Amino acid sequence: MVEQKEKPRKVASMGLVPYEMALGPTWTKFFEGFKEKKILGTKCNKCGRVLVPARPFCPRCFEPMEEWVEVAQEGTIVTWSYVNYTYFGVTPDMIPVIAATIKLDGVDCAMGMSTRIGGFDIKDFDLVTKKVKVGARVKSVWRRNRQGNFRDIDYWKIIE
Amino acid sequence: MQKVGIVEVAQSAGTESSLSLMEFTYKPVKEVLDKVGMKRDEVDTYILASTDVFHSGMSCANAFDWDAAGAFMKPASREEGDAITAFVYGCMRIMSGEHDTALVVGLIKGSENPENDTLTSFVADPFYSRPVGIQETTAAAMQMRLYLQRYGITEEQCAKVVAKNLGNALFNPYAHIKKRVSVDDVLNSERICDPLKALECAPKSEGVCAMLLASEEKAKKLTDKPVWFKGWGSSMDTFYLGDRDLLDTQLKTAAASAYKMAGVSDPRKEIDVAEICEPYAFQELLWCEQLGFCAQGQGGKLIDSGVTQITGALPVNPSGGVLAMNPYVARGLYRVAEGALQIKGKAGEHQLDKKVNTALAHSTYGFCGQWQGVVILGS
Repeated sequence: MVEQKEKPRKVASMGLVPYEMALGPTWTKFFEGFKEKKILGTKCNKCGRVLVPARPFCPRCFEPMEEWVEVAQEGTIVTWSYVNYTYFGVTPDMIPVIAATIKLDGVDCAMGMSTRIGGFDIKDFDLVTKKVKVGARVKSVWRRNRQGNFRDIDYWKIIE
Repeated sequence: MQKVGIVEVAQSAGTESSLSLMEFTYKPVKEVLDKVGMKRDEVDTYILASTDVFHSGMSCANAFDWDAAGAFMKPASREEGDAITAFVYGCMRIMSGEHDTALVVGLIKGSENPENDTLTSFVADPFYSRPVGIQETTAAAMQMRLYLQRYGITEEQCAKVVAKNLGNALFNPYAHIKKRVSVDDVLNSERICDPLKALECAPKSEGVCAMLLASEEKAKKLTDKPVWFKGWGSSMDTFYLGDRDLLDTQLKTAAASAYKMAGVSDPRKEIDVAEICEPYAFQELLWCEQLGFCAQGQGGKLIDSGVTQITGALPVNPSGGVLAMNPYVARGLYRVAEGALQIKGKAGEHQLDKKVNTALAHSTYGFCGQWQGVVILGS
């Protein structure tokens, strides 16, 4: 068991297997709202927080969240990053991308996990640093053909 | 409760190996057994840590891991989060009084799988995060932006972590990345995910770490210098980045539990060396704050002061840390091993030039340090 100097023989392996994951009633209703350009949250009757994306139960109080509310489509950027590199699965035509977390007005957490900022030439990094800032105001821009998934919001536009 | 001692450790180096996972794992396990003079069937119990699907691709831990570690026909169990918990499970089996010896093994061959960011995108939920391309680096860059903004930490202070850790790694034979870099090199490296630069992100490495644990009585028979398990704390945060304050992680909770168990009241004075898990450079500064080495928002000043240098009062990552060696999943056990070697006085060229009585080992996994774990070791 000593290391070989020459490149070792390798066996290539690529796995492709299908899965089907249930969205469940809460997230189904949330994404059905997207088709009608609505962002829906759920409100906790115990702590009073409104969370987006909608949750089946309040993570903190651990009680069911059964009250639905439509929330604002404007908010502020909490933080962001400028993704400008490739790796397996991400090709040069897919970058750059501005990932961000956004706190919608009246909502008690930032928007889901992340979403994208756009609506101007984001390849121009100097322009990006002028426009995109922590605390900047943004507004949702919807796709014309909405499928009921997270990509229905085409991007978040900076409100100048 | 039964005391637990670390008897012996062995590590493999991080560079690409021509050996198969089976051969690569066997070597450090055999090395530990030979150093102690034990046969595999004389070890009471085995705990392994590996991730056999995305970070291995073989998806068949049962086919290789147990045989490679000599763990079959034994009470054996496997952990997929981070190997630092495999270490703790091994300690607990001995503390229960059921077993006298435990062999803990963390194993991975990082060179065999695709980029970390391809793999960590599968750690993102499939409904909200994965469709927009979120993975560990994107998330870390957002955490860094907040850190710079809220506390006025500079990019230069973050870059200093890389210069320090890669400098230390030059003296660690098991480190993967061996190159001296300056702060300017780091600042001028590609802005792959602004504000993160390429040199501020950990590589992906090979890494097998094997460690023999024993009860107090047995440990004293097997080695002249056992290193004692003194404390442990861990905590898991919620998943969604939008639900968390990214600068207020569960590390504070994990550290508080570990300090309480070990009887540490002033970590800055009582800890002699810290091996912490910093897959992104700025995280070393943030984690130092949350470990109580300095006040909140003072991580930048801490590195400026030189305290965390290998010659400082509280050296952080004398091994080079995860920026120099990142065997995913096994990396937490490497932190414990390095802490133990420093206490034993057997760290070699990167041995600290002072008496080391208390060491801290930390690991983390998940986006922006979702899970945090802290181990305290004592002489």
